[in-house]
Amino acid sequence: MNGERMTAIKNGVKIGVGSVMAPAGLDPLVIKGDFPILSRIINGHKLIYLDNAATTQKPSCVISALRNYYENQNANVHRGLHTLAEEATAAFEATRKKVAEFIGSVKPEEIIYTRNATEAINLVAYSWGRHNLKPQDRIVLTEMEHHANLVPWIVLAKETGAELKFIPIDGDGLLDLENIDRIISEDTKLVALTHMSNVLGTINPVAEIARIAHHNGALVLLDGAQSVPHLPVNIKEIDADFYAFSAHKMLGPTGIGILYGRESILQKMEPFLFGGEMISEVDFEKATWNVLPWKFEAGTPNIADAVAYGSALDYLIDLGMEAVRSHEMDLTAYALRKLSELDSIKIFGPMDSRLRGGAISFVDRQIHPHDLATFLDSRGIAIRAGHHCAQPLMRRLGVGSTARASFYIYNTFEEIDEFVGAIAEARRYFVNE
Amino acid sequence: MSEALDALYRDILMDHYRNPRGKRKLLNPEIHNHGENPLCGDELEMEIKIDGDRVADIYVSCAGCAVSVSSGSMLAEIIKGKSLAEVKRIARAVKAMLTGGEVIDEIELGDLEVLEGVKKFPVRVKCALLSWATLVNSLESYEHGLETKVSSTE
Repeated sequence: MNGERMTAIKNGVKIGVGSVMAPAGLDPLVIKGDFPILSRIINGHKLIYLDNAATTQKPSCVISALRNYYENQNANVHRGLHTLAEEATAAFEATRKKVAEFIGSVKPEEIIYTRNATEAINLVAYSWGRHNLKPQDRIVLTEMEHHANLVPWIVLAKETGAELKFIPIDGDGLLDLENIDRIISEDTKLVALTHMSNVLGTINPVAEIARIAHHNGALVLLDGAQSVPHLPVNIKEIDADFYAFSAHKMLGPTGIGILYGRESILQKMEPFLFGGEMISEVDFEKATWNVLPWKFEAGTPNIADAVAYGSALDYLIDLGMEAVRSHEMDLTAYALRKLSELDSIKIFGPMDSRLRGGAISFVDRQIHPHDLATFLDSRGIAIRAGHHCAQPLMRRLGVGSTARASFYIYNTFEEIDEFVGAIAEARRYFVNE
Repeated sequence: MSEALDALYRDILMDHYRNPRGKRKLLNPEIHNHGENPLCGDELEMEIKIDGDRVADIYVSCAGCAVSVSSGSMLAEIIKGKSLAEVKRIARAVKAMLTGGEVIDEIELGDLEVLEGVKKFPVRVKCALLSWATLVNSLESYEHGLETKVSSTE
């Protein structure tokens, strides 16, 4: 059966998952061959990596790009008058252009390199928030935010006297928009929400929410850490003002994050950090700022990882984000169905794979998520267990922690079978039945 | 089955997990305390009936993983009837065993020795220690007449 499925995916023909078609051109078994780490043996079993919402694995091309940069191009960027400096600058800026293109052909000046999505959000909280919020202004978030898109706003609200309001979630893990007109008021200055939940997998109707926010004169910041790696994203169509994500969740190296900011807003913002790179002219007592995007990039940036991130983007562009999404939807639909067949499992988040991405949080009624994760690890299966940096959401769901499996381009139906089979085995190990 | 996994989830540990001891609530306990590891979501409630310098009875209820539940159950079993001084020596020895700290007294730990398998899983050590930290904090508060605080090993 599993063998048949593999062939079916390869040939892009109909497979045994409802009427879902396997996408042509995305073959997870071929893709696996590009990821050296996926042939590792963990605790006597071939690694099944299902922790992709935390970070994805890296293909050989990204690893060699990193190596190639240090072996052949390493120099500090900008203002260098020698060949290496010119090459390093060109490679560093080429990735910026690729990122701009990747998320809907925005301007490269609107793409700011940060360390990660968290820093990108903090940049907005510091540089925009501290200059634009006053007491009684409102920041609207949702109940499903990652701490990265919650804690910076809690701190900002405390400092400025602004208030926080939360869009609630319903029983299916979707945003409840019934009272949205009351939540997003004329006092609202910012609506900050996740494009795709790292816990529930929910894909939020961000374009609709952006329209309501703009109608009320508020800006919109989207946490795209889970969406950009897995969906075709077009920031112009969504009409977001800020959009944050991380390279390492989309095949790239750790240490590179991206902040997209609408040019007209970035122009008016003060810098985040001060020092080299970000200045135009410095005197002993005053300085003027560099133009976009470098105004926000103080100090020597993470050049090597930015360059290697370009290779990760090339890899995804070659696959096609439509195909990536389609493959993950098939895997998610299949995993949801298989997990639902286990009576002891409760799944959080929408059950319709069209409304969600491939991060599935669940609990077993008897086995603690940490015991389950430890057991699965003994089978070479990597999942995550804990609060997933979303403690308020955990409380809202009425659990202390959940187990979470999350998929990517190299995962197969056969791996989902093994994962679900291992849960059944864990029950025989832990539970007296 | 992997050896490390079986070394963690030994039969004795699983027996305590499935049938935790010390589950009877106490009447007018001298000590009533909570422990929690919010990152794990583990929560623990502990009551102790003191008679003179002895633990007359103990109630432990833990909502958590197999390691934290069984550690709490073994704690309830071993400290019942012991003097407060002995209880503290045992708690010290358990902590030393789990964290590789200095062993001050040579103590027969009995069933508790199965917790040694936890050492191979560093992130789980805090699970095994939650009930013990709650116990030690409770006794200290009791002896100094202080309010008890929620204990944590995170």
